[in-house]
Amino acid sequence: MKRYVIIFVLVIVCSFFIHSWLISIGLFPLAASAQSVPIDQLFNVHLWIISALFSLIMVTLVYSLIVFRLRKGETGDGAHMTGNSTLEIAWTGIPLLAVLVLAFAGARTLGEIRVIDPSALQVKVTAGQWFWQYTYPEYGVASSDLYLPVSRQVDLQMTSTDVIHSFWVPEFRVKQDIVPGRTVELRLTPTLIGLYKVRCAELCGLRHAYMEGLVNVVSQTDFANWISQQQSAAPASPELRGELLASQYGCLNCHSTDGSIKTGPTWLRLSGSNVKLTDGSTVVADDDYLRTAIVSPNTQVVSGFVANVMPDFSTVLDQTMVESLVAYIKTLK
Amino acid sequence: MRKLYSIGLIRGLLWQILGTALGIGILTGIRLIIGLPAWKAESAAVFGALLGSLFFVYGIGAVDDWIKVAAGNEVHEGDESAWGRMRYFGVSLDHKVIGIQYLVLSLVLMVVGGSFALIFRAELANTGLQFLTLMEYNTLMSLHGMVMIVGILVGVAAFMNYLVPMMLGARDMAFPRLNAFSFWLAVPASLILLSSMALGGFDTGWTGYPPLSARAPVGVQMFFLGVSLAGMGTILSSLNVIATAMRLRATGMTGFRLPIFVWGSLATSLISLTATQLIGLSFQMVMFQRLFGMGFFDPAKGGNPILFQHLFWFYSHPAVYVFVLPGLGIISELLPVFARKPLYGYKWVAISSFAIALIGFLVWGHHMFASGMAEYLRVPFMYSTLLVAVPTGVKFFSWLGTLWRGKIVFPVPMLFALAGIVVFLLGGLTGPPNATVATDLHLTDTYFITGHFHDTMFGGYVFPFFAAIYFWFPKMTGRRMNETLGKVHFWLMAPAFIVFSTIMMRTGLLGMRRRIADYDSTLNVTQDHVVMTVAGFLVALGILVFIINAFWSMRKGEVATGNIWNSRSPEWQVSSPMPIHNYDVPFEVVGEPYDYGLPGSVYVKFKEQE
Repeated sequence: MKRYVIIFVLVIVCSFFIHSWLISIGLFPLAASAQSVPIDQLFNVHLWIISALFSLIMVTLVYSLIVFRLRKGETGDGAHMTGNSTLEIAWTGIPLLAVLVLAFAGARTLGEIRVIDPSALQVKVTAGQWFWQYTYPEYGVASSDLYLPVSRQVDLQMTSTDVIHSFWVPEFRVKQDIVPGRTVELRLTPTLIGLYKVRCAELCGLRHAYMEGLVNVVSQTDFANWISQQQSAAPASPELRGELLASQYGCLNCHSTDGSIKTGPTWLRLSGSNVKLTDGSTVVADDDYLRTAIVSPNTQVVSGFVANVMPDFSTVLDQTMVESLVAYIKTLK
Repeated sequence: MRKLYSIGLIRGLLWQILGTALGIGILTGIRLIIGLPAWKAESAAVFGALLGSLFFVYGIGAVDDWIKVAAGNEVHEGDESAWGRMRYFGVSLDHKVIGIQYLVLSLVLMVVGGSFALIFRAELANTGLQFLTLMEYNTLMSLHGMVMIVGILVGVAAFMNYLVPMMLGARDMAFPRLNAFSFWLAVPASLILLSSMALGGFDTGWTGYPPLSARAPVGVQMFFLGVSLAGMGTILSSLNVIATAMRLRATGMTGFRLPIFVWGSLATSLISLTATQLIGLSFQMVMFQRLFGMGFFDPAKGGNPILFQHLFWFYSHPAVYVFVLPGLGIISELLPVFARKPLYGYKWVAISSFAIALIGFLVWGHHMFASGMAEYLRVPFMYSTLLVAVPTGVKFFSWLGTLWRGKIVFPVPMLFALAGIVVFLLGGLTGPPNATVATDLHLTDTYFITGHFHDTMFGGYVFPFFAAIYFWFPKMTGRRMNETLGKVHFWLMAPAFIVFSTIMMRTGLLGMRRRIADYDSTLNVTQDHVVMTVAGFLVALGILVFIINAFWSMRKGEVATGNIWNSRSPEWQVSSPMPIHNYDVPFEVVGEPYDYGLPGSVYVKFKEQE
């Protein structure tokens, strides 16, 4: 009996100690979204379970190893105990109860973080190798940094141009993979003004590590100011718009404007030149060629490069945007 | 020259080279005849590698007997007693030789895969790129995962092959030729897997998700093909284990008198037999997508990338239990010996292995909570995943019950078994946060998952695996491993690993994503990475000590032919090492396997003693 009392006391003390230690070292980044509150509460439930079970098993284990070790001069075997059905049923039943509690808490938290606000701000997210691009359809604004007003739910409608990416801002806690060929939804409500980073969480190839973008949570007034600023600052000429698009959509990750060879052919002096294709033929890089190269990149593959590397931008860029890009490429002489 | 050719392994490798060259030639020839551009590196490499692996098993002689039978000739088992050490380098039908062959292959693979980890672990010690390029990092990281997994599968097969017939009192496995074939398939499979490095590597991680894997360099095809072939070997070998455990038990060895390791092996083999097909299938579908333009997972052709993840995880989650169930069996096997007490709640421990295997089939969706699969599916998968905790808990409590009021001794195998319990506990306790969807949305694809996974692998496989080597080494060689070096190995490896995995999880919580070659210095995890790198190298140092110990002890170790652990298990009742067909006299099971502490009781009785 004395043994059980000692273990019981040690387990209680250890559980509290471990739990408060885990809390004190700061396990999580800042909680900056409405969703992070119930999630962190659920984490806390887990931390209690972890502390208690870890203490229970480790205290009993270490206690047994010390107290029941074979002492000097002792011989023979331990006690012949083969089992105890009541105990077995207890340690099957009690964890089962704990599982039910966790299942209930887990489902409730999932419900809380998926609350849908019909007045949420709509943002279209396009992810690709290796860029983030955002458009605000209500305002006709595009940006390569994400600007969000504080305390308003945002409905991210996300799609990918190539492989699977994943939208994750650690401070917001929630994460959603972005699958090519479909639109996936992620809703979150930023609650703290500040500068964060979206970090692609699904391995997406060579430069996956660097697929990070800025997320700027600003006050509602600042957001309104930013929107109007963007609307008026939109470049008037197609060439300038094209230049902006080229950086926003990650074109410049693979195509240089200075003649150097990256993953794809350079844009410098491309327009009007003779281009040799992989099938052996040669074509003139007129406007039609440039358009085709953007919206249907595998139709004419340039000699020395491989097909299926460049994403298909036909679903991402509308006609005006394609024309602007063509206009910009033509300026690179 | 002729002498060299008579060594099976060398012969097999020569035939593999020949087969690969022939395969490339045939494919190029066919393309030429039907008027396509003759050279296509990808198709040539795949067909060459496939033919090369078939030539390997033919060249080494793993199918000779089947060819003879097919031709209507009689086959006889050759007398291997005069082959000496050469038995290990060619086709042997002895399950103990095959077990040790598997063991050596496993160690080689894990040393290779571990070295990959050391290289990129050093790279990660600081932000920025130190000495690797992004592509090199991605390839090493991806290969580390898959080489380790194949290494573990091979290691699991090693112990099932070596121990199961011995524990059952069988002369050999049920199908010795199939057994040899399964092993020799794993060798070319491993070579093909590693050859991906020479073909441009691949940057997909071990999960190989399309569309990324559909655009990766040709190396990814070698990864798919190697895993498919290794998987085929696993399926055949699990079939063999099941047949052996069902049919070749000694008289009196009823279900609840089976050694507990056999229960674990059975559960493992049932998973391997029924689920491995799915990873083979999913990988082959991507291979076909690349080779023949079949758009299974290509959204532009109406395919669905998420389908791949379902097929992949339907195997790859249960696979985790394939890795750990034999290891947990080893822990349950060793604790009674060193606590000198019966295994507490034997029937519950035995059944819990099957419960884990069964539930394991119903939880794969928890890898996909953030994947974009149908949202309502997340809830049932959360419930089923949490259920895994129940049978796993039974194992822990039973182990505690086994130690309670024992007379515990601490030789090296016991130390590793205990470390296995502690590390597996860490892995187990960090599981539920990944099971509840809301918390998993923060954790998935971060270092938290990587840390949790390494804890389950080290606790459920690596530590028990070392415990098993230290424990059964005398049975294999007739000598025991050096205890002092064993303790050095233990104290280098166990604390360093716990520090390593715990810090790994901590950085994940703070925002460290998995599979990244470089990380943001503003995350404030650079110090943590330095600690992880140092700890990683300490683990490696421990394993180096182990390897030195193994080589030294094989030749110079203390002679140990008797029952040095004072075990009740049948293999320890005869002298070590075992003769070719195990027991000279058959035994009968007359008692419970783990009745330590019951005076006068025995588990098995040899027939001549009557």
